[in-house]
Amino acid sequence: MFKKSLNTEDTLENAGLSVEEQQLFSNARPQAYEPYPIKAVEDFANWARANSLWILAFGTGCGAIELRPLMTARFDASRFGIAGRPTPRQSSVFVIGGYASVKTLKRIIRSYEQMQGPKFVICLGICPVNGGMYFDSYNTVNQFDQYLPVDLYITGCMPRPEVLVAGLMKLQKNIKAGKCDGANRYVENFDWYKKNQKSVIKNWDMPDYNW
Amino acid sequence: MNTLLERLQRDFSVSEITVRKPTMTTLKVDRDIAERLIRELRDRETYTHLNFITCIDYIEDGIFTLVYMLHNYELNHTLGIHVDISRDQAEMTSIHTLWAQAWTYQRELREMYGIRFPGSPRLDEDFCLEGWDQIPPMRREFDTKKFSEERFGHREGRDNEVPREHMKVELYPNRGGDEK
Repeated sequence: MFKKSLNTEDTLENAGLSVEEQQLFSNARPQAYEPYPIKAVEDFANWARANSLWILAFGTGCGAIELRPLMTARFDASRFGIAGRPTPRQSSVFVIGGYASVKTLKRIIRSYEQMQGPKFVICLGICPVNGGMYFDSYNTVNQFDQYLPVDLYITGCMPRPEVLVAGLMKLQKNIKAGKCDGANRYVENFDWYKKNQKSVIKNWDMPDYNW
Repeated sequence: MNTLLERLQRDFSVSEITVRKPTMTTLKVDRDIAERLIRELRDRETYTHLNFITCIDYIEDGIFTLVYMLHNYELNHTLGIHVDISRDQAEMTSIHTLWAQAWTYQRELREMYGIRFPGSPRLDEDFCLEGWDQIPPMRREFDTKKFSEERFGHREGRDNEVPREHMKVELYPNRGGDEK
């Protein structure tokens, strides 16, 4: 995981780090996921992924409050194989709960890149779509998909937990159909995403890719 | 209460004493003696609790008004102290020696309004805004919508309709916009 890439053509600069820190972090680019060559195997893997969605417990905005009732008896998301996980390394779904401020966006990027693939991003609420009520705010990003790939939008302000359950079921359907390729889009358009991220995060003091 | 206010008028020449509600009074004091007044209120008049420090930007008059809210638990009374400072040389005496939590407010005011508090700890560290490279955003000359569109972009298709008018047209077109 923490490999050092020696090939200078495909390494990352890590220009935001000091010289000492550059020795400590990986400079390798992310790798795209390659599906299994046999379609039936890939379909089976997708079926398994869709039925064990683990949500990262990172509430980025007001929508995070809608994640809590999901696990309670009333909505009982466990019946869909959905569980909350405390760390990005164990999670496969990142729910962007409402607005993302620039300060939070930096943490979102760090957490998202640490998640192991296959990973999916759901945007909850109107704010990640076009800014919502924060469309003229000085610290809230208006179009979240400029900075990270999004697999599913659930709009509303605020969406109720029922809608979130419906959205997760839709996500399961898309995963089973093999349509959720957000992580691969991130790898393929990595430089474009990084350019956008660095255009709003002015104190970039972390590696270019957080393995 | 009245004796206190009379004494403050005499000793600190406070002005614009306004009773906002039975449990709240505000007054205005000169910038140079504000810190002394607050110290006096804390040490001798049992206004021991600092509710908050905030700032109002009167750009037309060229001043910032700092508001110090103090609370007296014995009288259940809140005293607001307004202090005018110049916008061009925004600087104020730090009161972090009176209440340790004041430096957090002062750090925020430095970031959001660009007000200096000499001696206040960690004043120049980033608080909410990381890597901010513009003028402080809560100053009223800062055009937040223009900044947002330049830096964060504008999603096409977003219209700022008035919901009521929009629904009249969309939902009840045959009734001449009448909901009844």
